[in-house]
Amino acid sequence: MAAPSTTQSKNGHPSGDNRFKLLDRTITKHHSRGDALIEVLHAAQGIFGFLENDLLIYVARSLRLPLSTVYGVATFYHFFRLKPKGEHTFVLCMGTACYVKGAAGIQKAVEEHCQCKLGETTTDNKISLIQARCVGSCGLAPVAVIDDNVAGKLTPESAIGRIKQCQSTAVEVEA
Amino acid sequence: MTVEELREVAEKELARQQEYRHRVLYCSAAGCVSCGSGATKEAIKNSLKERGLDKEIEVLGTGCMGLCGQGPLVKVHSDDTLYERVDEGVARRIVEEHIVRGEKVQDNLVDTSAPFFSSQKKIVLENCGKINAESIEEYIAVGGYEALAKCLTEHQPIEVIEIVRKSGLRGRGGAGYPTGLKWGIVHKAKGEQKYVICNADEGDPGAFMDRSVLEGDPHRILEGMAIAGYAVGATQGFIYIRAEYPLAIDRLKLAIKQAERLGLLGNRIFESQFNFRIDLRIGAGAFVCGEETALLRSIEGRRGRPRPRPPYPSERGLWGMPTLINNVETYANIAPIINKGSEWFASIGTPKSTGTKVFALAGNIKNTGLIEVPMGVPLRTIIFDIGGGTLDGTEFKAAQTGGPSGGCIPKEFLDLPVDYESLATVGSIMGSGGMIVMDSTSNMVEVAKYFMEFCKDESCGKCIPCRVGTVHIHGLLDKISKKQATPDDLALLEELCLTVMKTSLCGLGQSAPNPVRSTLKFFRDEYEQLLSPALAFVPSSNGNVSDKHE
Repeated sequence: MAAPSTTQSKNGHPSGDNRFKLLDRTITKHHSRGDALIEVLHAAQGIFGFLENDLLIYVARSLRLPLSTVYGVATFYHFFRLKPKGEHTFVLCMGTACYVKGAAGIQKAVEEHCQCKLGETTTDNKISLIQARCVGSCGLAPVAVIDDNVAGKLTPESAIGRIKQCQSTAVEVEA
Repeated sequence: MTVEELREVAEKELARQQEYRHRVLYCSAAGCVSCGSGATKEAIKNSLKERGLDKEIEVLGTGCMGLCGQGPLVKVHSDDTLYERVDEGVARRIVEEHIVRGEKVQDNLVDTSAPFFSSQKKIVLENCGKINAESIEEYIAVGGYEALAKCLTEHQPIEVIEIVRKSGLRGRGGAGYPTGLKWGIVHKAKGEQKYVICNADEGDPGAFMDRSVLEGDPHRILEGMAIAGYAVGATQGFIYIRAEYPLAIDRLKLAIKQAERLGLLGNRIFESQFNFRIDLRIGAGAFVCGEETALLRSIEGRRGRPRPRPPYPSERGLWGMPTLINNVETYANIAPIINKGSEWFASIGTPKSTGTKVFALAGNIKNTGLIEVPMGVPLRTIIFDIGGGTLDGTEFKAAQTGGPSGGCIPKEFLDLPVDYESLATVGSIMGSGGMIVMDSTSNMVEVAKYFMEFCKDESCGKCIPCRVGTVHIHGLLDKISKKQATPDDLALLEELCLTVMKTSLCGLGQSAPNPVRSTLKFFRDEYEQLLSPALAFVPSSNGNVSDKHE
């Protein structure tokens, strides 16, 4: 698990990682009910970035669910990540409108440039390439979402340009 | 809150709006936000401030204005002028020329008398692009929550169901089940607790209607759900929405809070005995969760896997209790039906498919965006009049409706009226309303393969025909597209499609072969061109197909 925070106060979380206090708040809000599992996993991923094994065990214990159920749900839904993602994310929309307008060409160009496939992260951990089913911005097809900003009407060249931009800039620390 | 207090809120809001000389509306739906409507807003606001006009002119964000391909869109409300492609420079010109001098900026003016606007009929999207989606007062000012008040004070639940039944409204999620009938079943079902669910898990790629309604007019959905709750006897509602729609989630959260603050959700609504609460449930990216039994499982916090029906959710749904599940667009139609009456609604569209349908028009078409037309309008009107035809005038080839569960409609059927029955006769479905236009550059085998890849990935893995069948159909299509297939493979493909369709457990599997079957029906020559009898002994490429369920 992540390094314990150095400014640990007396009423910090027993694990030494105060992010668990945030997670506990969500769990309490749902009265530790098992049917809130998906909500709790959303919160956990929001706080920790991805769902590590220890975190899944923690959620299972808190909600009094078998670990198999928690693991089953976490792996069933595409939205949950069990591995950390790169510093930047490049989500390429592969919806029908984007596909008809040439998303496959962009996919090929981007995969060649990054030397990894959609769904993977580059070896230097800079960029995660992710595939989306449809981001609902079909009017701007083909579309990619780069670090939460939608870039529309892409061409293979402009997509690679965006990625180069990501590769050269330092990461902004998320608040 | 009482009905009188509701009217007071409306009057107060109207008076507030009167105080402004102009109201400048900018589109703050996802499409325009992605082309930079945030910067446009800032430019308008700063420009107004520089001239000291910020007290006289109100600048507000609205829901989708329709022409998503030409964003960001800005509307000057007082004289109904619409501008397209408004970047920061144009935004300053609008303030300088239109607001200050009263001259319209001709370069970016949109002709609102064009067929794109005049051929449409707006019921569901009535308020989208006209009101501030983040203000409950504005919704009340245009007659919002009047329908709920009317139901609670004038009608018995059974009368409300009768009005909806007479209107002929059918479920807008795709299957077209009569809404009034469904409400009646849930009303009659016995259970200590009943639930009302709004299915906002819009998973079809190429469809963004529900998102636009939720972003542009969230209160309409809350009102529709509350009316449904009153009619069927439920006190708890859930909106199941995709995690991919963060803006819609934020707007809904805000809308629920506002409605609770004014007492339009909660206990003793309009001083009646009716209590109703709505909670959000955020999906986590599984297409199958749009299927109602899978959706129920997901709300219960489990893996979204469908179960056989019957029992239908109307009898045994969420936690075994009677549950009403309707689509976003269905709920959006309820308030107008109550306000204007079932005869009015039944007079729109065709006798069997009443009302209007919202479509998300995309693909190789000039005017991409969100449209609403009466049911029964010919496909030609939608594509050529409203959509403006294909890009660069290339030849129209097919329109794909219904996403991965639907089919392609070729140009021979351009005069087909768009309603539930007619689309079914050509092997497509109405679906939730995505319409992708393909021109002569699209390869139909690749299109079928694309959809099958989608279904293969999204199959939940519970039943074998869908889990294994989709993988093998995809493998066969791959083989065909690589020119390695024989006529035998084509025959096998057809047989497999039929098996998957007839034996799958839920709607996903049953409809997964639709794109293949419809392209085979209308574009068989494209498949046959790729066959090569000489290579009869090339091993199947199925081995290369990755399958997450293996």
